[in-house]
Amino acid sequence: MPDTLTQNPPAPESAPTDRCSRGVPVSGAEILIRSLEAEGVEFVFGYPGGAVIKIYDEMHRIGPQFEHVLVRHEQGAAHAAEGYAKATGNVGTVLVTSGPGATNTVTGIADAYMDSIPIVVFTGQVPTKLIGNDAFQECDIIGVTRSITKHSFLVRDVRELASTVKKAYHIARTGRPGPVVVDLPKDVIADSAPFEWPEHVTLRGYDFVGRGEKGQVALAARMIAEAERPLFYVGGGTLISGAGEIVTRLARMTRIPVTTTLHGLGAFPETDPLSLGMLGMHGTWYANQAVQHCDLLIAVGARFDDRVTGKTDAWAPHARIIHIDIDPACISKNIPADCPILGDVSTVLEQLEPLLPGASRAPKDLSRWHRQIDTWKAECPLAWKRDGKLRPQHVVEALRDRTGGHAIVVSDVGQNQMWAAQHFTYAEPRSHITSGGLGTMGFSLPAAMGAAFGVRARAERGQADDTQAAPALPVISINGDGGFLMNVQELGVIAAHKLPVKIVVLNNSFLGMVRQWQELFHGERYSHTDLTPTNPDFVALAAAFGIPGLRCTSPDAVEATISKAWDITDGPVLMEFRVVTEEMVFPMVPAGAATGDMIVQRFNPENCA
Amino acid sequence: MSMTAPALTPQQLFRKQVSGESLQQGDPDTVHAHTIVVTLENSIGALNRVANLFSARGFNLESVAVGPTTDPTTSRLTLVTTGNDRIIGQVLQQLNNLVDTLVVDDVTDGAFVERELCLVKVAAKPEERNALTGVADIFRGNVVNITPDSITFEVTGPTTKVNAFIGMMHEYDVHEVARSGRVAMRRHLAFEHNQ
Ligand SMILES: Cc1ncc(C[n+]2csc(CCOP(=O)(O)OP(=O)(O)O)c2C)c(N)n1
Repeated sequence: MPDTLTQNPPAPESAPTDRCSRGVPVSGAEILIRSLEAEGVEFVFGYPGGAVIKIYDEMHRIGPQFEHVLVRHEQGAAHAAEGYAKATGNVGTVLVTSGPGATNTVTGIADAYMDSIPIVVFTGQVPTKLIGNDAFQECDIIGVTRSITKHSFLVRDVRELASTVKKAYHIARTGRPGPVVVDLPKDVIADSAPFEWPEHVTLRGYDFVGRGEKGQVALAARMIAEAERPLFYVGGGTLISGAGEIVTRLARMTRIPVTTTLHGLGAFPETDPLSLGMLGMHGTWYANQAVQHCDLLIAVGARFDDRVTGKTDAWAPHARIIHIDIDPACISKNIPADCPILGDVSTVLEQLEPLLPGASRAPKDLSRWHRQIDTWKAECPLAWKRDGKLRPQHVVEALRDRTGGHAIVVSDVGQNQMWAAQHFTYAEPRSHITSGGLGTMGFSLPAAMGAAFGVRARAERGQADDTQAAPALPVISINGDGGFLMNVQELGVIAAHKLPVKIVVLNNSFLGMVRQWQELFHGERYSHTDLTPTNPDFVALAAAFGIPGLRCTSPDAVEATISKAWDITDGPVLMEFRVVTEEMVFPMVPAGAATGDMIVQRFNPENCA
Repeated sequence: MSMTAPALTPQQLFRKQVSGESLQQGDPDTVHAHTIVVTLENSIGALNRVANLFSARGFNLESVAVGPTTDPTTSRLTLVTTGNDRIIGQVLQQLNNLVDTLVVDDVTDGAFVERELCLVKVAAKPEERNALTGVADIFRGNVVNITPDSITFEVTGPTTKVNAFIGMMHEYDVHEVARSGRVAMRRHLAFEHNQ
């Protein structure tokens, strides 16, 4: 199907099964399309090719209820599906051809696996008879993606196609979400069978726990009541479970301070005095101090990643740990929990709520702990130099001020990601999207695109049925000059669909984060990180895609540039900020070091004894 | 960073203990072998995922044996893996997380029967045959093939017994050894339960 610019078709009036006659055989391709409709898929991010041409042909004939978005690279499709999933909470969908089409999605699949993002990737495959023959554009994508998928299916019989699609979405969405690959041999797609959408999913080996074990929940409540220096450590699982609100309520009720991971940003408003911001390698100094001194750590939907803990042996040395998570393999994986609670985060927190101090009696007096934290906050706040140079932190704070924090920030990987995390002051769930686990450069632009499709569709639906009159949240894509080029081709899609994405390039003319490590730990030897000689003219690059571009070179022009960009409402805009090359992300726990040993300002280890 | 390691806090000690990690720096962790019986969907994809898990997560895999069960839709896998308590816990949870695994049972701490089969082909001149079959008899081995200059034995038993038999055969000229990997089953303790 050609790249369609038409709007989303109206919601189905009738069940999708009614759109093709019951019992009459239809092609596998049509079964796939009907299944996606039945699943309620809104967008398919895809790219055609020989092995899936029949599916594209049927889409052309049928005019499906979902919108197919023609990306410009299959990696872009996978990240777009991730961005869409993160922004909306729905499952993202990808459709690509066999061989290179499939392998191009691998980075996106690995990314979704690491960050527990529900996507389903449909890959074309050579005909079943040719599998294993090194046929043209054959690739064993099931084998390639085995360790980076939650599950995968090779469909061998057209009669199993509809039920497999249903299983794939069920697995991707439930429990700890993740990517599922469905490999579709060409002959299965061409074969025919009646379309029958199953009512239920039957997967006898698959289950997940919802409610926490009662005794454990009671134990957690006792531990919280006893603690003198408790701390909430809130991760991405909280947002996946939709538990931002209840975490916020519980923290305020018990007066327990909160630190979040990179993926937990937005689960608890950073505007609240109880917030310590982000913890970990580039977290705030005071959040990490609190971790090192707390006597109880309440880990909520978090996985004790090494970027959070640094050297695990030395992390949170005085804390008893309550660990609430839906993935049993996550609990006690890196650090054993004193009180593990397996279950859905929202459900467990609801169970916990009535048992907590503050619920029926006055909350415990934690004022000494609060005072200590306030002292730490005053001692070493997040700060940056205001010296008349254009600093990236300034840009992020100006974006926050412009939007009042009501935006979806999609950052790339590197220094830009850390500044976006540190300085935007997230206050709402799903306001921050980034590639945390895999750290995929080139994530931001396509993910922002997927998010923008999702929020636009929701706003349009809201306007149509008047349930949600609010306009779509602005989507801001924050990039470094290196990573931006890794999926820059998606500018074509963003332009074609007039997606109002605010694209920011923090151009420091370097692979900044690598440069930072080179400066700090590799004797200032800047091996292959200087992009000055080869960087394109970003404004001209945007123009080549028909996207207006703005360049800002002085700190005095930051707000004005952003203002101009916000005047453009009918499509994308690119802002290039020429920021200081030497700026570094601080504070920092060097990789593998103990969290207590944070670098809070610039230093050169070679100059230290 | 200070040079002398600071004393561990009670929490740090607790964590090391439940993980089965050594309390003294430099000492090895307490590592155990565990026998795990997995019932899974009878498909090559399911088996692949289990095998893949071990390499992808860096778990040890000492032995695997797989075969059908009374239910044609499932197969049964016996795995032997090693690690400290934290790692064994991870192995079990990660196996459980696989969509195609139906039951994951660590039989190690209960009473269980474990058997392995081996085939050993040794060079044997007619005059050596008696000595060789004499050794095999001690292990209740069977002769499954004989030629003018070789004998093939079959021995079944716990892995230690199989090891001992193969060790004894190495006194001679061993041509080939094939081992099945271990299979295991929980014992049904009817009488102990009644007491
Ligand atoms: C695909 C990929 N390749 C390499 C890296 C390693 N890496 C991490 S940060 C970084 C530098 C990023 O530079 P840039 O995009 O300019 O962003 P900045 O750090 O300057 O903000 C690199 C190369 C990565 N994370 N992802």
